[in-house]
Amino acid sequence: MTSSGQLQLYSYHRSSCSFRVRIALNLKGFDYEYKPVNLLKGEQKSPEFLKVNPIGYVPALVDGDIVIADSFAIIMYLEEKYPQRPLLPRDLEKRAINYQAANIVSASIQPLQNLDILKYIEEKVGPDAKIPWVEKHIGKGFAALEKLLKNHAGKYATGDDVFLADLFLAPQIHGAIKRFNLDMTPYPLLARLHEAYMQLPAIQDALPENQPDYPKT
Amino acid sequence: MQLDSFFVCSKPSSIYHCYHPLVSCFISIDMTSKIQLYSFFMSSPCYRVRIALNLKGLDYEYKAVHLLNREQTEPEYLKINPLGYVPAIVDGDMVLADSFAITLYLEEKYPQHPLLPSDLGKKAINYQVANIVASSIQSLIRLPILLYVEEKVGEDGKLQWVHKHVAKGFAALEILLKDHAGKYATGDEIYLADVFLAPQIIGLSERFNFEMSEYPLLSRLSETYKQVPAIQDALPQNQPDFEKIYLKFDGQLYFF
Repeated sequence: MTSSGQLQLYSYHRSSCSFRVRIALNLKGFDYEYKPVNLLKGEQKSPEFLKVNPIGYVPALVDGDIVIADSFAIIMYLEEKYPQRPLLPRDLEKRAINYQAANIVSASIQPLQNLDILKYIEEKVGPDAKIPWVEKHIGKGFAALEKLLKNHAGKYATGDDVFLADLFLAPQIHGAIKRFNLDMTPYPLLARLHEAYMQLPAIQDALPENQPDYPKT
Repeated sequence: MQLDSFFVCSKPSSIYHCYHPLVSCFISIDMTSKIQLYSFFMSSPCYRVRIALNLKGLDYEYKAVHLLNREQTEPEYLKINPLGYVPAIVDGDMVLADSFAITLYLEEKYPQHPLLPSDLGKKAINYQVANIVASSIQSLIRLPILLYVEEKVGEDGKLQWVHKHVAKGFAALEILLKDHAGKYATGDEIYLADVFLAPQIIGLSERFNFEMSEYPLLSRLSETYKQVPAIQDALPQNQPDFEKIYLKFDGQLYFF
């Protein structure tokens, strides 16, 4: 924390990885300092940011002397150090489903739709290739999530409380709809979860458009 | 009955006699139902789970799923795991896929040989390494992605793609682990980071002629990993479904 005792979060408004951590911080009731890093302008490579996080990854959390990067690592750190408002259920098998859902998002979907990859697809394969690529990989992941969560979902992904899976799902579904106009008809459970997420203050406050670095038009 | 922790005192055949602190007495648990692992010898995520099972001394039944023959899409497998993902484990009533989720589940259910340090900062480094490997590297160089890049951009394009993403990830790992590595990635014990790194590093230089000299720490770790029995036993060539498969990359034949 800074001398005022605040956590600092290095974040980009539109980054779904940053969005996940913002939700976690909100759920746990943290008043944190928002430190914007403009990924489009390459600010993650700036000397100032590299001093904080030598590998230049966003999001990054600063808690006193400790710097944690990677959204999953940050969330697990927060969960263990600040146990208020748990982000994981106690039941072992429900926890495992949360880990699986989070990883379907973070390993099978999100990396394939990040800025660098989409730029490559557009430039090397063609501008018409971007949308089919995105739809294919999001679609595959969403279809898997529909099956995975079918027997576990309640009001939220794995029951009636918001847990880790929801922290990963909310930004992913929001991005799929807002950025890529994905047709959610084949994914009724995820569509329903999206509606539920948009009602939650902790998620609303974490939305890209509600961040200090969201461009004002 | 779900146990949060137990201490294995003796292990005659498959019956474990454990002292459970909560009930302050010895109890017997029949472990005859082994964990089943659905795995393909060549798959890096499967390799991670095999290492984790070996490190924890968990005896498991190897169930081969031939990914190149698309066996993961067949009704027989989909009945077990409707997502069609490999690796998957069946542990009693629990069916779980995704190497990261499986590893954390094993860590929580079977606490012997912890895969995570207790220090929160070191733990976070382990999670981060696992995710750099799984999300920033492996997710971009798995076979279906490479086949797409080869089809659309050509063989040279594919190799450049592999090198670019591996180089980016490896460069980050070298920096990240510089101040944390000991004998292994995050100290002198094998942890989650090593479980994810070993499969990624060990196969890579052979598969893609990847030049490891720029990554001295990862090169050193690779040599260390080759000496660890739990990692050796998990090698692709030591699996029941190992076969010599020839795949063409960049005009060269590579075998797995």
